[in-house]
Amino acid sequence: MAVFILKRLIQSVFVMLAVAFLAFSLFSFVGDPISQMTGVETSLEDQARLREELGLNDPFIVQFARFTGDMLQGNFGYSYRTREPIGAMLLDRLPATLELGTVALIISLIAGIPAGIYTALNPRGVLSQSMLIATLIGVSIPTFVIGILLIFLFGVQLGWLPTFGRSGTVEIGWWRSSLFTVDGWRSLVLPGLTLGLFQLTLTMRLVRAQMMEVMRTDHIRFAIARGIPWRSIRYRHALSNTMIPVITVIGLQFGGVIAFSIVTESVFQWPGMGLLFLESIRFVDIPVMSVYLVVIAFFFVVINLLVDLLYLLIDPRLRVREAA
Amino acid sequence: MLAKIRESEALWLFRRSPAAMLAALIAVVIITAAVLAPWIAPTNPYDLSSFSLIDGLLPPVWQDGGDPRFLLGTDDQGRDMLSSILYGARLSLAIAGMAMAVALVLGVGLGLAAGYFGGRFDAIVMRIADIQLALPAILTALLIDGISRGILPRELHDDLRLGVITLAIALSLWVNFARTARASVFVERSKDYVQAAIMMGQHPLRIMLRHILPNILGPLLVIATVDLASAILLEATLSFLGVGLPADSPSLGTLIRIGMQYLLSGEWWILWIPTIFLVVLVVSINLLGDFLRDLFNPGLR
Repeated sequence: MAVFILKRLIQSVFVMLAVAFLAFSLFSFVGDPISQMTGVETSLEDQARLREELGLNDPFIVQFARFTGDMLQGNFGYSYRTREPIGAMLLDRLPATLELGTVALIISLIAGIPAGIYTALNPRGVLSQSMLIATLIGVSIPTFVIGILLIFLFGVQLGWLPTFGRSGTVEIGWWRSSLFTVDGWRSLVLPGLTLGLFQLTLTMRLVRAQMMEVMRTDHIRFAIARGIPWRSIRYRHALSNTMIPVITVIGLQFGGVIAFSIVTESVFQWPGMGLLFLESIRFVDIPVMSVYLVVIAFFFVVINLLVDLLYLLIDPRLRVREAA
Repeated sequence: MLAKIRESEALWLFRRSPAAMLAALIAVVIITAAVLAPWIAPTNPYDLSSFSLIDGLLPPVWQDGGDPRFLLGTDDQGRDMLSSILYGARLSLAIAGMAMAVALVLGVGLGLAAGYFGGRFDAIVMRIADIQLALPAILTALLIDGISRGILPRELHDDLRLGVITLAIALSLWVNFARTARASVFVERSKDYVQAAIMMGQHPLRIMLRHILPNILGPLLVIATVDLASAILLEATLSFLGVGLPADSPSLGTLIRIGMQYLLSGEWWILWIPTIFLVVLVVSINLLGDFLRDLFNPGLR
């Protein structure tokens, strides 16, 4: 088991190195940092001196090592656009995105898992059929249209909720949270729903497929043959086997949440990392783009690692296999 | 003979599925109308002389104040909404269709080659595919767009806009094709007829295209349909985010982005008609995809 964990850790380090390399190539090959940082009035000698000072004349591998070292120390460099340190910029935006993503994920799981189980157990029911049609329409409606619809309905027509921005924030250390005030929650509802609804359809479809698969396996048939009550078969035997892949789903959904948070944040002008990334693309702010990439990859790797460890905890079969 | 049976079965199932028939009808009508836009649209929205500010913000005909010249109303510039939508859909479909075709050729090519030759080539292709699968399509497309902005000078980038967007979408959709193609090579390669073809010294390219490819035409058709819908959504999203097509050649996504400015006003048609059009188009294509998937996977029926 320790070997397994160690192996996964080493793999994760390699993935991060590969992403850092990609980010660094972006950084060094796309656009010339000197011409981005200096104006027309900077003399050629000054430019050359700056180039030397920044170490841009060093061999590629030395520059990459320095880049990686800087990243590890949390030194992410400066934005071309705002001249601010990128680390501080991202840290400032991080809580908004994390809170939005978490709320969306919780919405998708709380509604998606029961819906998936229900549709798997009653495949021919009217409710199931209409839920399935709803998910098909759900995946066909782009996230930004869902956002516009919700804004129109709850913001404009009913006037219940704010339609953009993030208000009612409370600062806890550097973490600016909107979870502690009514205002904060009110501004979180619409973006959270927008981001959550798309994930919900995915969760539901996956849980449904998994549950249907489990219901066809031998041990469930055997349980039926033994005359074990339906209730017990469904919610003890089948459900526990369905839940294992659902953990993977959470891991997989993280990528989707991050990507669609870019869209959601744009629709609601939610001041998170996605909006920052979008701005950095519009202004060709390469350092911010590449750091964003590294940070996202880091989250991704950590979550996948946690998912693997959770598997070990939950599924006894894996522990036995690893021990053997 | 076998193909004939399958075809007739498909037709029979198709006739029995009202959802599939309706979806096919809507998709065909919209696609035909979009392709024929220059001939059937009342005006040309790109031609500045064809509209005037006097006609600005007219509601659709069925509402008070509507003008029979403009079936679906006009925008603030006095452009006919119906024409804008038809031209926009034409652009959206052209980009999505091209992107899907590029993804298909690239994905199937790489997948067949990876499965056939195996070894290191296979490992590299599939590792890239794994990474891409973890990255959602929107993120990939945004990154490609961002990088192209950095590499290309501004004017050139604006000229190549269409190509960049198409490529960005294609590169985020090829993985499904590649995995399907590769999986089918693994299944077929050990079968006698493929072994016989190899023994006869046929060219690998011929084996892949003539013997292995026909086995996956069904699944490929399903993926192509679903991916066409994804490509339309991707293009609309990119344009909505303002990194897609510029406002002077509006696709459906751009029209919706422009319409967002009218969300709080009474001019609902500028936002909602293109939005409804987009959603109906994508829903019908996805419904068709679902029908095809059921058709080629009898086990799920």
